[in-house]
Order: sequence, then structure tokens, then C-alpha cells
Amino acid sequence: MSQFQDLIAFFEDSSIADAIRENDLLFPSIESIHVVAICLVVGSVFVLDLRLLGFASISRPVGRLTRAVLPLTWSAFVVAASSGFLLFISHATKYLANGYFVAKMCLICAAGLNMIAFHAITARDLPKWEARKFPPPRARLAGALSVLFWIAVVACGRWIGFTMEELQ
Amino acid sequence: MEALLITFSKWLASTGLSHVIQTVSWIIPTLQTIHILCVAIVFSSAVLVNLRIFGLFERDEPLHAVARRFLPPVWPVLLILLLTGSLLIIGEPRRSLVNTTFYLKMSLLLVAILLTAILQRTVLSSPDFIENRRAAGRALATASILVWCGILFAGRWIAYTQAG
Repeated sequence: MSQFQDLIAFFEDSSIADAIRENDLLFPSIESIHVVAICLVVGSVFVLDLRLLGFASISRPVGRLTRAVLPLTWSAFVVAASSGFLLFISHATKYLANGYFVAKMCLICAAGLNMIAFHAITARDLPKWEARKFPPPRARLAGALSVLFWIAVVACGRWIGFTMEELQ
Repeated sequence: MEALLITFSKWLASTGLSHVIQTVSWIIPTLQTIHILCVAIVFSSAVLVNLRIFGLFERDEPLHAVARRFLPPVWPVLLILLLTGSLLIIGEPRRSLVNTTFYLKMSLLLVAILLTAILQRTVLSSPDFIENRRAAGRALATASILVWCGILFAGRWIAYTQAG
């Protein structure tokens, strides 16, 4: 645990973290990039979730739609995670003490595990059902869970801003 | 003009609806969450169609088929954005109405709506029009992506540029 605290302190005391704290333009700029990236992650994931639920893009096979959308999702996720990391190290101790921040991280992991479970288990017989309008219930469940997890991620992200007053 | 906006903001802030939004602490973050989720839907839809124009998304399907899936659903979501945005303004009128960044965001939004409407009409009424005019199509797609990014940036900066 103390090694973890040392690591947090190392990042929080770094000159980059200091610059983000001290410069009036840096924090909002990184935050704006973070919002753009998160919107692309959530929006593109919703495209796949709505397909799994049978609500949209029903003319497209699930596998083909996934391969078309995921490059955007992953590129945006890398930007969201990097910008998020920079915002985090600027006030690392305060973020770690914030319940909504911790919940947000857990929910992102939950969304990731849901995705891994989908690819590893549910999608094993993908060719059999991918062209169907309504995929099997287990695939629809994965889509529904994903929608809920990502809505909760965005909600927690917004609540962080209201529970850490000094950051606006 | 600014004095008028301040007077109007004060009146708006004194209304019953504004009081409810101000005093019930979960309303504003909830509205903002819905607002951002809707932004994510509209922005991603526009970006995907624009990426298709660049040949970077679903190249195995014609542009008009991609546009038909992604653009028409944008409009009802824009209505929810208008509604949640209006409620946020009623809750904290001065935060946006007396704030240049807010007007920048609204101007960019008008441009984005115009670009999206032009794209949707052109692509759906004459399917090959944009695919046959590569440079014009790519210019439109680039402009659309940049304007949407500008809207998202301005949206975040409203919080940092509010008066007193």
C-alpha cells in the first residue's frame, strides 16, 4: 500500500502535475480533450450496444459492424485514458479520496470485463447469429449491461466535478 | 445589451422552476449527464458519417446507406439536448447568458446543424453526389468534425469563463 502511495506522490509531485495545477488554461484544455474523447468512446460503444439489442444497424452483421467501429472506440479510449491520467495526477490524492472517482474507475473495469466476456464467451458462435435482427438473449444482455455501465461512468464523471469544489 | 441580459438572467433566476433546479442538488448533475450522453450520440454519429466520407468507416456500404442509419436519428436527440440545455440555463442563467463562450457555442451549433442538414439532404436525395465530388465531400466532413469539436470545447469552457 505504501508503495502505491509513493507512486501516487511521485506523479502528483511531478513537474507535469504541477504545471496542470498552476496553469489556468491547461486543466480546462485537457478536460475538453477528455470530454471529446469520452463522447466518442461512449457514442461508438452505444452503436454496437444498440445493434446487440436489435434497435439499430440491424441490416449489418454484428461482427462486421464491430470491426468497423472498434478502431474509433479504441483510439478515443487511449486519448480519454491519457488525458484522464493527466487530470488525475494534478490532484491525485483528492481524486482517490472521492467516492465518485473510485466508482468511475470500477465501472470502467466492469464495462471492460463485460466486453471481454462478450468476446470470449458470447461471441464464440458469432457467425451463427450475427446477421439476425435480434441476437440471442446473452448478447442482448451484454449490450444492455454495456449501456448501463457507460451511462454510470459518465454520471460519476460529472458528479466528481460537483464533489470536488475547488476543481469546479 | 449586457445590462438587459443581466436583468433577464435575474428574472429567470427568480422563477419557481429555477429555484427548484438550484435547490435540489441532484438536478443539475443529472441534467448535465443526460446532456453529455446526448452530445456523445450526436457527435459520434456525425463523426462516423464523416469518417465514411473519408473512406475510413464501413467502406463496404455506400455513403447514403451509412448516412441513412446515422443521421436521421440525430434530430430527436438534438431536441433532448435543447431541452436539457434550456433547463440548465434556467437553473443558472448568468452562467451562460452573460458569457461570451456560450454564444460562441450556440453559433457553432447553428453551423453544425446547417452542415448536418445539408449533408443529410444531399446524400439522401442524390446518393452519389458527394461520392463523385471527393474534395468537396472531404472539406464538408473536415468542417463538420472541427465545428463539433469546437462545440464540445466551448461547452466545457462555459464553466471557466462565467462572470463573477
